Amino acid sequence: MREEFEVAIVGAGPAGISAALALAEKGIKVIVFERGEFPGAKNVSGGVLYGHDLAESVPDFIKRECPVERNIVESRLWYLSLDGGFNVSFRDRAFEEGLSFNAFTVGRARFDRWFAGIAEEKGVLVVCGTTVTDLLKDGGGRVTGVRTDRSDGDVTARVVLIADGVNSALAAKTGFRPEPKPSDVALAVKEVIELPEEVINERFNVEAGHGVTIEILGEITKGMDGVAVIYTNKNSLSLCIGANLFDLMSNTVRPYEMLEEFKGHPMVAPLIKSGRPREYMAHWLAEGGYDTIPHLYGDGYLIAGESGMLFNALHREGSNMAMASGRLAALTIAGALARGDTGSEGLAGYAAALQGSYVMKDLKKYRRFNRFLLNHKELFSTLPRLGASAAREMLTVDGVSKKEKQTSIRRRIQGAIPLARLARLLWAGARSIG
Amino acid sequence: MNFVCCIKQVPDTSEVKIDPETNTLMRSGVESISNPYDLVALETALILRDKYGGWVTALSMGPPQAEQVLKEAISLGADAAVLLSDRAFAGADTLATSYTLYKAIRNLDVDRPVDIVLCGKQAIDGDTAQVGPGVATRLGFTQFTSVVEIRELNTSDRHITVKRRVEGGFEVVRGPLPTVITVDLGLARPRRASLPGLILSLRTVIDRWDADAVGAEATKIGLKGSPTWVRRIFSPPLKEGGPVFDGRKDPVPAVERFLDAIVADGELTSELFKNPGV
Ligand SMILES: Cc1cc2nc3c(=O)[nH]c(=O)nc-3n(C[C@@H](O)[C@H](O)[C@H](O)COP(=O)(O)OP(=O)(O)OC[C@H]3O[C@@H](n4cnc5c(N)ncnc54)[C@H](O)[C@@H]3O)c2cc1C
Ligand SMILES: Cc1cc2nc3c(=O)[nH]c(=O)nc-3n(C[C@H](O)[C@H](O)[C@H](O)COP(=O)(O)OP(=O)(O)OC[C@H]3O[C@@H](n4cnc5c(N)ncnc54)[C@H](O)[C@@H]3O)c2cc1C
Repeated sequence: MREEFEVAIVGAGPAGISAALALAEKGIKVIVFERGEFPGAKNVSGGVLYGHDLAESVPDFIKRECPVERNIVESRLWYLSLDGGFNVSFRDRAFEEGLSFNAFTVGRARFDRWFAGIAEEKGVLVVCGTTVTDLLKDGGGRVTGVRTDRSDGDVTARVVLIADGVNSALAAKTGFRPEPKPSDVALAVKEVIELPEEVINERFNVEAGHGVTIEILGEITKGMDGVAVIYTNKNSLSLCIGANLFDLMSNTVRPYEMLEEFKGHPMVAPLIKSGRPREYMAHWLAEGGYDTIPHLYGDGYLIAGESGMLFNALHREGSNMAMASGRLAALTIAGALARGDTGSEGLAGYAAALQGSYVMKDLKKYRRFNRFLLNHKELFSTLPRLGASAAREMLTVDGVSKKEKQTSIRRRIQGAIPLARLARLLWAGARSIG
Repeated sequence: MNFVCCIKQVPDTSEVKIDPETNTLMRSGVESISNPYDLVALETALILRDKYGGWVTALSMGPPQAEQVLKEAISLGADAAVLLSDRAFAGADTLATSYTLYKAIRNLDVDRPVDIVLCGKQAIDGDTAQVGPGVATRLGFTQFTSVVEIRELNTSDRHITVKRRVEGGFEVVRGPLPTVITVDLGLARPRRASLPGLILSLRTVIDRWDADAVGAEATKIGLKGSPTWVRRIFSPPLKEGGPVFDGRKDPVPAVERFLDAIVADGELTSELFKNPGV
């Protein structure tokens, strides 16, 4: 008594749910499988979402009580040495008014549950606590459904949408996507630190309900290609730090040690002082970019979200790409079902739709970015150190003339990194994001 | 055989804390679960139904979100479920709770006479173990509490033989149906829902009865029907370990130190002499 669905979706993350919603709105019979006890139970995210992409799925998301933590009104970028660092930041009234909820923080555990709830109201069946262990295939290799870890656990579907995130056991088992190489993923750890709401408002200089994001590069990742972030939630801060998995392995650094040192950094410590650690998690991130994206469709199946390596590492945008790709997958599937062709050819429109969207345009634009960071470790060692020592020297009032200081700084830079290398680095950097 | 299984939604007490200032349970943010004993009761009912045929109805009194435990019961194989939910039921103590459950079971009894009511031995939050016996008394059924094994269910001459835990051991007893059984954790191991069961539960709309539908008297339900007042809730103080005289390497000095210590502690010595069995 195997039940048949038009679409089976693996994973109730942003990709799976936005696809399910779009399909249900067209009256298509969808089932979503989520291995967590509830959607979001297994999800880690620094927690910034983007209003534009969410509104495409749920236009009135604020009215429908989307569990927003804080509306982001200021973005900071830090470049840190071990003992200090530089801070650039931008704030605009627009983000408080016309552009409010352009970006906002959420707790993924609460958000994913809410998002899935909206899909359920539209008639989507969200089956939690159930892991998809295999894809069902017919003799010709065409995907015809999924197998789950429950008894009588097979479900047939005309199309399967794989939206199971970056760390996909299903990919490893079925090979629908090659296992990412260590250098194509980052391992990030996240800690949530509880602080009273007013304390956060004061420390970050914001009004109630408003928040700040801080993206951080520099010596904090111990010379490895990596980043850290600090995001403000209503009454907690999310701290994440991560580095390329290949770098972590070859340097035998443990991510949580990196996190502990990060928390003690002089620019971080005052922000989290007297806070109470609430949760701690580790997760992969798909950093490889455009060149690591697998073939995203085949006979009877499609791949969306981070399972398809759709992640913009430079801007830390993953959830929005997940939502956008999920929606495009849903449109493709609806069309294919209507035409009665759910084979590889019938689903090919997905690739074209993605290429035409900001998802592939952005990923293509930054396709060299991951390599650039991996190949220029000075960015995480020599450069922040030199920058900090130069700034320190210029700001120290000790009777030495500024001209003499500049000469000595220039000499120090030349001693530490050949000018030609520096020039090439700047050129490669500009090209990787240009 | 017609089975009714009473299931209470409880906070996952492995996580619940008591606020030391107000002496109340800090329930916010705590996940709710089915009382573990009740899942054993349900499993027992399902096993008996599958063996002897019949019908299992899951019954719960609680706020609207207690529907979750009944959906779980459906996913595991219960044939029907009823949620007793009404603001008027709120604040019920064990007396009012057993009255309300009893009235609902009487309603179910009208269509199809109830043979066996299964309850957990106790709820992991209230822990009183009074509701099962309270329901049995009102129904006028025989009752077996703390049941660890069902030895025999004879459906023709309508009696049941069970093994139950009693202080210091077990006893095997036999009695006539209809009956109320409260189950101990060892009686059965709850199954995991099958996929069709889980899907069915997601699609099932749970029947909801308010006080009128239950036919309960207003003075016997909820806070009004509850003479129990909670004066204080507290965490028992942590017991500190006593002194340890480690004699694993060399027992002689350890015993000497032990003897010195009890001689020095007059209270302990007199305890020992008062109670030479120690
Ligand atoms: C110390 C104490 C403090 C209390 N505090 C409060 C309070 O602050 N607020 C308040 O409103 N009430 C309070 N109550 C009363 C109430 O919530 C009881 O928990 C309730 O009456 C059931 O008692 P129990 O949990 O001890 O169940 P038990 O008698 O231990 O439960 C035995 C079995 O009865 C069945 N059962 C019990 N309750 C239900 C139910 N609701 N639906 C279906 N089956 C059920 C289950 O099968 C369960 O396994 C308190 C009771 C006590 C003893
Ligand atoms: C530390 C960290 C910080 C981040 N910060 C941000 C940020 O600030 N902003 C941003 O936009 N992005 C951020 N990201 C990235 C973002 O979290 C992901 O890009 C996004 O969640 C991808 O969505 P998805 O739906 O593709 O996958 P996921 O959100 O990973 O969802 C996949 C779901 O599938 C389930 N699943 C997996 N396998 C199975 C199976 N076999 N059967 C059933 N269910 C299964 C999982 O439990 C999970 O719920 C961050 C990521 C990390 C690790």
